[in-house]
Amino acid sequence: MDVIGKSVIRKDALDKVTGRAMYTDDYQTVHMLSGKIVISPYGHARIVSIDTQEAWKVPGVRAIIAGKHFPLVGESIRDRPPIAVDKVRYHGEPVALVVADTPAQAKQAADLIQVQYELLPVVNSPTQAFEKNAPLVHERLGEYEKEEDSHPVPGTNIATHIKIRKGNMELGWRESETIVEASFSFAPSDHAAMETRCAIAEIEPDGTVQIMTSSQAPFMVKQLLSDYFNIELGKIIVRTPLVGGAYGGKASVQLEVLAYLASKEVGGRPVKILNTREEDILTSPCHIGLDATVKLGADRQGKLKAAEIIFLWDGGAYSDKAIDVTRAGAVDCTGPYRVDNVWCDSYCMYTNHPYAAPFRGFSHSELSFAIERTMDLLAQKLNMDPLELRYINAIMPGDTTPTRVLLNKSNVGNLQKCIEKVRELIKWDEGAISRVNDRLIRVKGVSCSWKTSTIDANAPSGAILTFNRDGSINLMAGVIEIGTGTKTVLAQILAERLKMDVNKIHVRMEVDTQTTPQHWKTVASRGTFMSGRAVLNAAEDVIVQLKEIASCVLRAPKEDLEIANSRVFLRDDPSIGLDFKDISFGYKYPNGNSVGGQIIGRGHYVLRHISNLDPETGEGRPGPEWTVAAYGVEVEFDLRDYTYQLLTAATVVDCGRVMNQKMAEGQVMGAMSMGLAFASRETFYFDKLGRVLNPQLRTYRPLRYGENPRYLVGFVETPQIDGPYGARGLGEHGVMGMPGALGNALSIAAGVSLHHLPLIPELIWRAKEAANGAPL
Amino acid sequence: MLPFDFDYFKPDTLEEAVELFQYLDHNGKQPMFFSGGTELITLGRIDLAYTEAVIDIKEIADCRVMSLNGGQLLLGSTLTLTEIEETNLFPLLTKTASEIADHTARVKITLGGNICARIFYREAVLPFLLADSQVVIVGPEGKKAVPIHEIFHEQLLLNRGELLVQTITESRFIRAPFFAIKRRQQWETGYPLITVAALKIDEKVRVAVSGLCPFPFRSKEVEIALNSGQSIEARVEAALRVLPRPILDDVEGSADYRLFVFRNILTDALYKLEKERI
Amino acid sequence: MEYSITLHVNGEERIVTVRPADTLLYTLRKLGLTGAKPGCLNGDCGACTVNVDGWPMKSCLMLGVEAIGKKVTTIEGLKNSPIQQAFVENFAFQCGYCTPGFIMNCQALIEQHPDADDQTIREWLESNICRCTSYIEIEKAVKSVLQRKE
Repeated sequence: MDVIGKSVIRKDALDKVTGRAMYTDDYQTVHMLSGKIVISPYGHARIVSIDTQEAWKVPGVRAIIAGKHFPLVGESIRDRPPIAVDKVRYHGEPVALVVADTPAQAKQAADLIQVQYELLPVVNSPTQAFEKNAPLVHERLGEYEKEEDSHPVPGTNIATHIKIRKGNMELGWRESETIVEASFSFAPSDHAAMETRCAIAEIEPDGTVQIMTSSQAPFMVKQLLSDYFNIELGKIIVRTPLVGGAYGGKASVQLEVLAYLASKEVGGRPVKILNTREEDILTSPCHIGLDATVKLGADRQGKLKAAEIIFLWDGGAYSDKAIDVTRAGAVDCTGPYRVDNVWCDSYCMYTNHPYAAPFRGFSHSELSFAIERTMDLLAQKLNMDPLELRYINAIMPGDTTPTRVLLNKSNVGNLQKCIEKVRELIKWDEGAISRVNDRLIRVKGVSCSWKTSTIDANAPSGAILTFNRDGSINLMAGVIEIGTGTKTVLAQILAERLKMDVNKIHVRMEVDTQTTPQHWKTVASRGTFMSGRAVLNAAEDVIVQLKEIASCVLRAPKEDLEIANSRVFLRDDPSIGLDFKDISFGYKYPNGNSVGGQIIGRGHYVLRHISNLDPETGEGRPGPEWTVAAYGVEVEFDLRDYTYQLLTAATVVDCGRVMNQKMAEGQVMGAMSMGLAFASRETFYFDKLGRVLNPQLRTYRPLRYGENPRYLVGFVETPQIDGPYGARGLGEHGVMGMPGALGNALSIAAGVSLHHLPLIPELIWRAKEAANGAPL
Repeated sequence: MLPFDFDYFKPDTLEEAVELFQYLDHNGKQPMFFSGGTELITLGRIDLAYTEAVIDIKEIADCRVMSLNGGQLLLGSTLTLTEIEETNLFPLLTKTASEIADHTARVKITLGGNICARIFYREAVLPFLLADSQVVIVGPEGKKAVPIHEIFHEQLLLNRGELLVQTITESRFIRAPFFAIKRRQQWETGYPLITVAALKIDEKVRVAVSGLCPFPFRSKEVEIALNSGQSIEARVEAALRVLPRPILDDVEGSADYRLFVFRNILTDALYKLEKERI
Repeated sequence: MEYSITLHVNGEERIVTVRPADTLLYTLRKLGLTGAKPGCLNGDCGACTVNVDGWPMKSCLMLGVEAIGKKVTTIEGLKNSPIQQAFVENFAFQCGYCTPGFIMNCQALIEQHPDADDQTIREWLESNICRCTSYIEIEKAVKSVLQRKE
């Protein structure tokens, strides 16, 4: 391999360090108007009246939208009015939209809109939502349009219910000598991408809708706008420039709808809506919360025999993507362990919280906290080394997943190898606990994870290659550059396949849905896999065309031709050949005659054999492959203050094949950083009215420079046979094990079992006080 | 994005600033003195602050003083916290100030701005409370130096149209042994859970606190308890019994937890300062 | 209520129309200098950091009118600087949104404290949030330049 695996400098590097890189808000024109959302200050309230009189008096105001019925929106269930009518269901929900000449005018007017509310009882957790006689978030749940595989229960707050029924539970419990059961919970939190979400809409005189948006899913924006408002698909063009961080949060479609409605209201003029940080946290969808109960049974040797799991996901006020998150959580509910008898109920619950978007890991960092903490409790009860317990139960080829997919050497990675490697990296054998002095101890915790990508059965990807006159190649693919560097990896894949210099491949960063081949969504660690396959397919197409014309000019059969270093040449005599630049636009003979023409490569890929889940048993194939990983975290814990420092965090992931060493490490380390922040500090604090009390980055705090631990990254390479050069998904896995590993380390350190996130010192203190029976 | 408009004035002298304020106030402009201005900008954008006239005082010479002579340290109110840290004339102040907000923000936040802030932590005042400093105030009635204890009760009690010009601190305080710590909900960034500044002078320990109550304070009762001559643990418990109220109970931490943390910090402060010999 | 002001930006005199209530960030972006990014408009994230008279400044915490008479440098004003190169080589960015602010803070640090120790580096760089990287990459980048200066 010449290019694959090398730390090729990112294609977007120079633009990003010089300020030239453009993001959605950087596009501004003189006649662009500014939209401002008025948001609900309460979690659940009836809208009594909306008075816009004063707001209209502000100079520059062009439109105010409030109290209007638009088609309901939402991906799995159409349960969401784009702008609230009759009642609000979460703090931050849009209740009105102002369009004005400048952002300041729009804000002035928005501030003058008077909305009267009558408070309604608040559903403040999924457990409360599940209770009989809980207040209903949606009274007319039964009347909504929905996708076939969403299963809302009218008259309750259940938006969907996914069942996993595998094996024989009675047998499983009978074979279990040791049983542990525990409950876990954490509130919703946020993605906190540095770029707040932004969308611009314009409707041209012929009805063409032009959208620019900071999105992971421009093609989904196009599809949904068409579905919601009955617009011809070809008349919707969605552009996405560089995206300033996404982590799943920009896979939801929200601001695009508002910008479209705003533009429509002002005769099609361009309108930009840029979230403030507060709106990005409150109004736009968040990171899902969870209440979970896990019961595991094991035999005397520690082999898992049964698992009974209840997930109550905090989908928030609207179901949107939370339905899919609920399903994804169910299909991998056991964690990466062989369990033959599984019973799982995964419920998506409506609450009066901000609604949920996907979040890096798509339910797996969340469920892993519950599973991995329970695994440690089981190890404790069995008096077994927790890493050993994981090792002997590690999922393997020949085992089946909770949805009964039979695993083989290609569709699952090697977890035991990951565990062995992490054991070395964190020096597990030197002991989990060491004492520094009478106040400080150092403690290690471990965890494991797996993940498949539950994506649409017919999710497509495509690539187009064109040539420049100098023989260099332009690569166009629908993957969004959200920071993961996928487009650089695609260039590497192409360079490797064509055996050419990666610097002679130019990658188009921006995506537009009119000229870029469709890529389903840039989510689920599927960019490299699907788009990579499409690029390989396009490379084959180019090779055929290059050889065809070269064979004609060189008067040699195609089979005798090789391609490398931007040349087509004779295999047995490389001195005889043609440069790309001489044939990619046709070949011109010395006398001026020309043959062939412009070479355009095209490639595509669609996932195969994905199937829907059986609604009663969950049986089905939810995704193409399972990436596995093992983790360790070491903390230094203060026995008096219950404070701690993160010392080391380690992840070993079986990524199939490392495509770009430094970028792969960066993905894993960055993901660990995010996972640790989620585990240790990030959460929404709600009051009784369902209000989020910390909607700013000074109160909602991601990790900062210097708070981070030392990071260790290891890779195992068990190729996925149908992945490009064997690669598996990688972008999410660093997140997934962090909450579990940190929770396990701190539970050992504090000598008390911790069941909630974030793991702040006060939480540990509280658990200690409760355990000591001291009055709080 | 500040949704309201204001006029911007930049007077050269204190007199001008004071006169401008009166004039603008008289005309209903709700004027505001502005030095770092971070609070107007951050609270204004979420509709928690409003003005129609900004009087930028940050480059007025009297407010920029930084000198140590004649046994007195003069610090102008519009010195930025970074300037104070970089020159480090008052180590306890340096230590306390360097934990406020973050480094880049401290290039903008000023000493006076923090002391007069609406966000109630006002940690920069703690060292001055401990050092019995004086504050120089200017207003319609002219300039005066006032002992900080007379004018700072939870906040600096300025009359309308007055502004803080300088602090005056005796140099023996800036050489005194000290202890300063800021504890947050988690790690190194964010608002204080509790900030404690302490120093030892004339064989007595003084303590000033922010984040425990919705205001910074130095308490006579607490200090009597802390200097009562029993065991450290007993003195700390005695101090906890005479704390001002209410104890903060918010997203940064519950009241109970704050007391737990405060107990440990006080204990550490006493152990450290007991060991110090002048 | 707008009026024209002249600002010294990246070595050039630029005339721009502002409301006194406009922040420096908004003012710079109006000039087409979109390198400094809005992330919170609240002084919390550092994505809008520029340099003013050689010091890092969150341009959302400063009014445009306050910058009159001061030397403002934005990311667009850095040309082939060692810190930019170091960010590239160390993969010290992913999505790139926090990058201009981070680089400008690093640049000021390098100028003000060419011998910065770990504690100083940490104190300065705490001011910016990067949500993608692990910070280790940024630490390597800034240290590689500081060492070069020694």
